[in-house]
Amino acid sequence: MRAVSALLIAALASGCSGNQSALDPHGAPAMHVEHLIIGIIAICTVVWVLVMATLGVALLRGRRAGADNAKHEARLTMTVVAAVAATVAIIAGVTIASFYTTRNIGVPESAALTITVRGQQWWWQVFYAGAGAAPGFQTANEIHIPIRTDVHLRLESLDVIHSFWVPSLAGKQDLVPGRSNSVLLRAEKSGVYRGQCAEFCGLQHSHMAIMVVAEAPADYDRWAASQGGDAMTPADPDAAAGRAAFLAKPCAACHTVRGTPANGTTGPDLTHIGGRRTIAAGLMETTRGSLAAWIADPQTLKPGNNMPMVPLTSAELQNISAYMESLK
Amino acid sequence: MTGRDGSDSRDTAFNDAELDRRLASVWSTPPGLWGILSTVDHKIIGRRYITTAFVFLALGGFLSLLMRLQLAQPEARFIGPDRYNQIFTMHGTNMMFLFAVPVMQAMAVYLVPLMVGTRNIAFPRLNAFSYWIYLAGGLLLWLAFVLDAGPDIGWFAYVPLSGPQYAAGKRADIWAQMITFTEVSALAVAVEIVVTVFKQRAPGMSLDRIPLFVWSMLVTSFLVILAMPAIVIASTSLILDRLVETHFFNPAEGGDVLLWQHLFWFFGHPEVYIIFLPAVGMVSSIVATFTRRPVFGYLAMVMAIIATGVLAFGLWVHHMFVAGLPRLGQSFFTASSMAIAVPAGLQIFCWLATMWAGRPIFKTPFLFVIGFVVTFVIGGLTGVMVASVPFDTQVHDTYFVVAHFHYVLIGGAVFPLLGAAYYWFPKLTGRMMSETLGRWVFGLIFAGFNLTFFPMHILGLRGMPRRIYTYQPEMPWSALNMFISLSAIILALGFLLFFVDAIRSARSGAAAPSNPWGASTLEWATSSPPPPYNFARLPVVGSLEPLSDHSDDLPVAAGLRVDRRELLVSSVVEAIPEARESSSGDSIWPLWAALATSATLIWSIFTPWAVVWGSIPVAIALIGWFWPKGVPEDES
Amino acid sequence: MKEGTTLDLTDLPPHGLGTASVSWWGTLAFMLIEGTGFALSIVVYLYLMSLAQRWPLDAPPPDLLAGTTLTALLVASLVPNIVLARWARNQDLLKVRIGLIVMSLLGMAPLILRAFEFPAMHIKWDQNAYGSIVWVMLGLHTTHILTDLVETLVLTCLMFSRHGDNARRFGDVSDNTMYWNFVVATWLPMYACLYWVPRL
Ligand code: HEA
Ligand code: HEA
Ligand code: HEC
Ligand code: CUA
Ligand SMILES: [Cu+2]
Repeated sequence: MRAVSALLIAALASGCSGNQSALDPHGAPAMHVEHLIIGIIAICTVVWVLVMATLGVALLRGRRAGADNAKHEARLTMTVVAAVAATVAIIAGVTIASFYTTRNIGVPESAALTITVRGQQWWWQVFYAGAGAAPGFQTANEIHIPIRTDVHLRLESLDVIHSFWVPSLAGKQDLVPGRSNSVLLRAEKSGVYRGQCAEFCGLQHSHMAIMVVAEAPADYDRWAASQGGDAMTPADPDAAAGRAAFLAKPCAACHTVRGTPANGTTGPDLTHIGGRRTIAAGLMETTRGSLAAWIADPQTLKPGNNMPMVPLTSAELQNISAYMESLK
Repeated sequence: MTGRDGSDSRDTAFNDAELDRRLASVWSTPPGLWGILSTVDHKIIGRRYITTAFVFLALGGFLSLLMRLQLAQPEARFIGPDRYNQIFTMHGTNMMFLFAVPVMQAMAVYLVPLMVGTRNIAFPRLNAFSYWIYLAGGLLLWLAFVLDAGPDIGWFAYVPLSGPQYAAGKRADIWAQMITFTEVSALAVAVEIVVTVFKQRAPGMSLDRIPLFVWSMLVTSFLVILAMPAIVIASTSLILDRLVETHFFNPAEGGDVLLWQHLFWFFGHPEVYIIFLPAVGMVSSIVATFTRRPVFGYLAMVMAIIATGVLAFGLWVHHMFVAGLPRLGQSFFTASSMAIAVPAGLQIFCWLATMWAGRPIFKTPFLFVIGFVVTFVIGGLTGVMVASVPFDTQVHDTYFVVAHFHYVLIGGAVFPLLGAAYYWFPKLTGRMMSETLGRWVFGLIFAGFNLTFFPMHILGLRGMPRRIYTYQPEMPWSALNMFISLSAIILALGFLLFFVDAIRSARSGAAAPSNPWGASTLEWATSSPPPPYNFARLPVVGSLEPLSDHSDDLPVAAGLRVDRRELLVSSVVEAIPEARESSSGDSIWPLWAALATSATLIWSIFTPWAVVWGSIPVAIALIGWFWPKGVPEDES
Repeated sequence: MKEGTTLDLTDLPPHGLGTASVSWWGTLAFMLIEGTGFALSIVVYLYLMSLAQRWPLDAPPPDLLAGTTLTALLVASLVPNIVLARWARNQDLLKVRIGLIVMSLLGMAPLILRAFEFPAMHIKWDQNAYGSIVWVMLGLHTTHILTDLVETLVLTCLMFSRHGDNARRFGDVSDNTMYWNFVVATWLPMYACLYWVPRL
C-alpha cells in the first residue's frame, strides 16, 4: 500500500511546477485534501489491480472437463459475497475519511482576516475591509494574505457563476449570483500561488486567473497600508501627461484611480495597478509594454472582454502606459 | 364483430410455406418511398434509429477532433473562444442527447420485441413518430451549428449564463428546444418498451425468464419516465424566462440559480445510468453467449440493475459539491454516491464469476467486453473518488472529471455498444462483420482510448480546468495535451475502421445463419434478418434459455389470425396468454404529426403564440392518426 | 427448424379489455410521466417558497372563490365519469353516448372557471418567481383539461359514427374516463398548494 502510494506520488507529482496543482499543496486545507486524494487513489489502484488479476485468471486458467459442478458454483457464490462485503467495507472507510477531511477544511467561526471576492466576466474584484486605523480598499485579480493565518474569503458574483480555485492553497468554491459562499484560504509558506476560474463563465473563462501572494505578516501589513492610500501623482512628465490623458479619455468612466476624479466601476480599480504582478486577470505580466499592448487593443489580446478599444494617439498611449506603470 | 365467427383464417390452417406467404402479405412494409415514410415495423425503424445515432457519433467525434486540434498547443489560434464554446457544447449535447441515449433505446426498439418473442413493438405508430421527432431535433441542432447559431453554454446550460441576460440571440433557445425534441422521442420509446415487456412477452416467459438485456431496458425505460419530466420542467422554465420574462432563475425577483442545477441534475444523473444500464444488458448477453453458460447470479444481476435504478435518483447533488450547499447534506450524497459502487461491483463480480466458470471464446464482441471491464472499473473508481466532497473540491470542473466521464461513457457504454454491434449485426443485416477487422478495431480503439483519456486525470490534478479554449505556455500542460491530441488520432482511426467494416459488411459480408453464435435467447430463433412478422409461430418459453434446451424443436403456439396483424397479449407476471391483439398497420399520420409538432416547437422559440396556433395542425394529425379506418386491425 | 405446437390460442378473445389491453397500460404510463411532472412543479413551488422571506412574494394570497368552485366541480364530475366507465364496460352504446356528451360539457365548464383563476392570483407571471410558478402550475393543469376535453369530443363523434359499436371504442372510452380521474386527482394537491399553502 505505502509502496503504491509512493509510486503514484512519483507518477503524478512529477514536475508539479506552475504551482497551480492539487498535488503541490502549500496550505493546510490543500494538504488535508492532498492526503485524502493520495489515500483514495492508492486504495482504488489496489482494487483495480485485484479485479484485473481476477479477470486475467478467469479468462486464461486451464479448464478441466466437468469442473463446473454444484460445489464449484457454491464456492463462486461465497467469493462474490465476500467481494461485495469488501466493497461495502472499503466505501464505508472512504466515506468516513472524506467526512473528517470535510470538517478539517471548513471555514472556522472566527477567521483573522476576511476578504470579499466578487467575480465578474472576466476578472476578480477584491475588497479588503478596513482594520482599525487602516482604511478598507479595493483591488483586482491579486490577493495578498499573511502566511500561517486562516483567511476567510467571502465569494460573490456580479453576473454569472464563477468558481474560485487556487489548487495549491484550497479546493474550489463557486461564486453564485444572489448567494454568498465562503472558503478557507491558508498558506504555510510565502510565495505567489496561481488560481483560475473553474466554472464555465463565457467567452473568456480561459483567461480569468487570480494571483494569491502569501507573505510574512510584516510585509503584508506594509502592502495593506500602501494599498489603502490614494494613487501617487506622478513626477515623471510622461506619466503626468498620461494621467491627464487618462482622465480626459473614457478610461475614467469605467476605472477608479483613488485620489483622482476617475471613479468608474465597470472595470478594475487601477489605483495601484503598477504594483500588481499581472494585468487583465493573469493575461500578461505588468510591464509598460504589456500595459501599452493591452490598452492599445484589449479585444485582440482577450477577445470578447468588456473593455473596448479606446482610440489613442501613440503619444497618449505611451504616456498612459507610463502613468499606469507608475501607479505602484 | 367478425372476430368471433370461424370465418377468419387462422395459422393452424396452413403449412409453413403458405403461412409465411400469408403473414408476409399482411405484415410487409410496401416497397418504395411510401413504405419508407409510413412503415411501423420496429426492425426498420430500429435500424434507422441506430444508423442515425451512429452518424451523430461520427459528427460528435469529428467535433472532438477539432477540440483536440485546438488544445494540442498552448495559445493556439486555430479556433476562437466563441466557436470553441459552441463546439464543446455541441460535442457534449450531441453525444449525450443525440447519440448515447437514443442509440441505447434504438437497440431496444430493434431487439426487445424479438427477445420477448412478439411480432412488433407496442404502439408501433408512436415508435415511428418518436424517430421522426428525434431526427428533427438532431437536424435542428446541427443546422443551427452550421449557421453559427449553435448553443455555446455547455451541455448542462447553467443559468444565468444561459439566461435572458447573458445569452443573447437564439443559441440557448435552440439548446433548450432540442432537449424537448429528444425528451419527447425518449419518453415515447420508454413507454413502448415498458408495455412491450409487460404485456407482449411470449407465453411462459415469466418474470424470472426475462433475458437480462430486457430487464436492463425495462429499468432504463422507467428511469426515462421518472427522470425526463425534470428536464422538461427545467428547459420549459428556461425558455419561459427567456421568452416571456418569467423569473424562475432570477435571484433579483425571488428566483434561484441553483434551482436550475437541482432540476437539471435530478434528470442528469439518472441520465448517465440511462446510458449505462443498457450496456449492462448488452454485456450480460455477450458474456453468456461467449462463455457458453448463463450469467452467474441471474437474480443478483436483476436486483443490482433495479438497485442502481432506484439509487440513481438519490445522487444528483454530487454534481453540485462546490456550489455552496450545506456541507452536512453533501456528506449524505457522498455516501449515496459511493453506495452505487455496491450494485456496480456486484455486476462486475457476477460477470467475472461467469467467465471463471465458463469457457471463454475470444470473438470480437467478447474482446469489447473485456475492454469494458478493464476501462469501466477505472471510470467507476474515479467516480468513487469524485464522490468524495473534499476530493471533488480539487477536481470538479477539471480534466479529471472529463477523464472520469469518458471512461464510464466510452469504456462503460460505447465499448459494450460496439461489442453489441458486432454481436447483433448478423441479426440486423443478415451478414457477419469481419472478425479480422474487428480485432483491429478493438485494438485501435482500446489503445487509443486509454492513451487519450488516462493522461487527462493527471492534467486535472495538475490544475487544468475543463471548457477552456486555450491555456498559457507557462502552464505545465502542453506536453500532455499534445500527447492526448495525437492519441485521439489513433482512437479516431479505430472508429473510422469500425464504420468502414460496418458499411462494407452490410454490403458484402458473409451471409449469417439464424443463430451464428450459438446463443440461447429468442431473437436467434428466427432468421437473420427476421421476417416482417418476426416469428411465423410465436415461441413458447419454458426456461431462461429457450434455445439451449430446444436447439431445434422450439415449442410454439398456434391459433392467431393471419388476415390481420395479430399478436399475443399475456399477463405481466406469469406471461399467461390473455388475448389475441391486433397491431396497427402502416400509416403516414405519425410523420404528419411529427412535422406539425416540430414546426410548432421550432416556431415557439420565437413566439409563445406558436403553441396556440401550432396545436391545431398537431390535433388534426393526431385525430387522423387514431381515427379508425375500418381495417381488420380495428375489429374486436 | 421443425416446430411442435404446444399451445392453442384460437379461443382467446380477439381484443384485450382492461388490464389485458395494451392501450390501458399505455395510458397508465403516460399518467406516470405527467404525474411526475405535476409533482415536480409542486416541489419547485415549495423550493421557491423556502427561499423567500415572505410568501407569496408581493401579493396577497389568491382569492378562494374561483379555484374552490372549480375544485368542487371537478370532484363532482367524478360521479358521472365513473358511471360512464361502468356503462362503457357493459358496452351499452346508447348510455355511453349520453355519458360522453355529459362529460364533454363537464370538460368545458372548468375551463370557464379557470379563466377566473388566473386573475384570482393577483400576480402576473412576469412580476416575480411566485407569479411565474403559479401561472405555470395553472397552465400545466389547464393543458391537461384541454387535451382530455378534445379527446372526449373526438370520442363522442366516434360513438355516433359507424365505428362506434366496437369493443375497442368502449375500451377507449374507459381509458378516457381513467384519464379524467387522473386530471381531477392531480388537481387536488395543486389546489391545496396554490390556495392553502400561502395561507399557512
Ligand atoms: C455512463 C455514465 C456514467 C456512469 C456509469 C457513472 C458512474 C459513476 N459516477 Fe459519474 N459522471 C458521468 C457519467 C457516469 N458516471 C458524467 C457524464 C459526468 C459529468 C457530467 C459533467 O459534468 O459534464 C459524471 C460526473 C460524476 C460526478 C461529478 C463530478 C464533478 O462534476 O465534480 C460524480 C461525483 O460523485 C460522479 C460519480 C459517479 C459514481 C460514484 C459512479 C458509480 O456508478 C461508479 C460505480 C462503479 C464502480 C465503483 C466500479 C465497479 C465496482 C467494483 C469493481 C467494486 C469495487 C469498488 C470499490 C471497492 C469502490 N460522476
Ligand atoms: C458518449 C459520450 C461521449 C463520447 C463518445 C465522447 C467522445 C470523445 N470526447 Fe467527449 N465529451 C462528452 C461526451 C462524450 N465524448 C461530454 C458529455 C462532454 C462535456 C461537454 C461539456 O463540457 O459541455 C465531453 C467533453 C469532451 C472534452 C472536454 C472539452 C472541454 O471541456 O473543453 C474533450 C477534450 O478532449 C472531449 C474529447 C473527446 C474525444 C477525443 C472523444 C473520442 O472518443 C471521439 C472518437 C470518435 C471519433 C473521432 C469519430 C470517428 C469517426 C470518424 C472520424 C469518421 C469520419 C466522421 C466525420 C468526418 C464527421 N470530450
Ligand atoms: C467600457 C469600460 C472600460 C473602458 C472605457 C476602459 N476600460 Fe480598462 N478595463 C475594463 C474592464 C471590464 C477590464 C477588465 C478586463 C478583463 O480583465 O476581463 C479592464 C481592464 C483594464 C486594465 C487591467 C486591469 C487589471 O487589474 O488587470 C487596465 C490597465 C485598463 N483597463 C486600463 C484602461 C485604460 C488606460 C483605458 C482608457 C484608454 C480603459 N481601461 C478604458 C473596462 C474599461
Ligand atoms: Cu469565470 Cu469561468
Ligand atoms: Cu452523477
